[in-house]
Amino acid sequence: MPKADKQLNLTWNLLFLCWFLASASTTGSLFFSYVMQFAPCVLCWYQRIFLFPLVIILAVGLFPFDRNVVKYALPLAIAGWLTAFYHTLLYSGVIPESIQPCAQGVSCTEKYIDLFGFITIPMLSLLSFSTIITLLIIIARLNRQRRMS
Amino acid sequence: MKYVMFGFACLVLFFVFFFGSTYYKNQQAEKFGFMAQENASTFVREHSQILGSDDAKVYLVKFTDPACETCAAFSPLVKQMMDANPGKIKLVIRYAPFHHGADYFVRILEAAKKQDKFWETLDVMYKSQQYWASHSNPQPQRIWQFLPKAGVDIEQIKKDMNDPAIEKIIVQDLADAKTLDVHKTPGFFVNGKPLQNFGYKQLQQLVKTEIEANYPN
Repeated sequence: MPKADKQLNLTWNLLFLCWFLASASTTGSLFFSYVMQFAPCVLCWYQRIFLFPLVIILAVGLFPFDRNVVKYALPLAIAGWLTAFYHTLLYSGVIPESIQPCAQGVSCTEKYIDLFGFITIPMLSLLSFSTIITLLIIIARLNRQRRMS
Repeated sequence: MKYVMFGFACLVLFFVFFFGSTYYKNQQAEKFGFMAQENASTFVREHSQILGSDDAKVYLVKFTDPACETCAAFSPLVKQMMDANPGKIKLVIRYAPFHHGADYFVRILEAAKKQDKFWETLDVMYKSQQYWASHSNPQPQRIWQFLPKAGVDIEQIKKDMNDPAIEKIIVQDLADAKTLDVHKTPGFFVNGKPLQNFGYKQLQQLVKTEIEANYPN
């Protein structure tokens, strides 16, 4: 296999992984709300708004492979990451609840799950957005290398 | 090849979700037993007072009227059954103030709940009932001389009992009583099953059946 093809394959695989992560996160979030019946708070909704489209956008970028997909997916992922980061800080008590915007309805700091004693839902979200961003950046780097060579 | 991978991943996610939800629901059903039933909230509302261990699997729901003699008469039996089966029975109190003016006592109970003296107050009410709930000559004001026995702050109760939130609780309980076809008090349900033939023995039997069903061995 020529080197260019090999690299293209690697990029595609990374993008696939990225899509799979977004899809798994989406599935997970749907599982929390529809199976476990946790009501999503306002901040969770914002994170979902940035997460759900990634499933579609990344899938479209896979067939046929479109390296421009990073350009469309990255802003969403970053916005989602920022919300998740804020949410994690709020959840862990670094930012006091009084200054948070979701006083009505579901509290953004109510703890729902506590896997292994420290993994919370906002943390899962932050983790997933972080990984998606990292993968997208790697893909962008690989793209640039290919263009230069 | 890539399409196959994509399709396979979709399938995996779908099945994980599907089997995950089935597994989770089974787990919950096992954990919550009766409370996992669709209509469980008709029997137990969030405001309902519950006595007994959190892990108890037998829900004994009692629609009661503080001014009803039979409700008072059943109280020792319920207590006795709970003592005989420690940790297995949960008593849930719902209001069905059918007697004229009985919501007055429900208000007192709800006010006592705020002081964490619900059960003490209910007990005092049942025991002193004959002095204030006579059918020919009800004298609700007489209840006040008995309440100190429950260890409640009387002045606070007088303030709290006019809380409009209590009205909502009564309306909700009466609505649920209607839904569940409770027209007389006490109305008993054991894990959602109504006590069809009224009586001490019958109630004991129903509770026994549910304990055996939920605690095999």
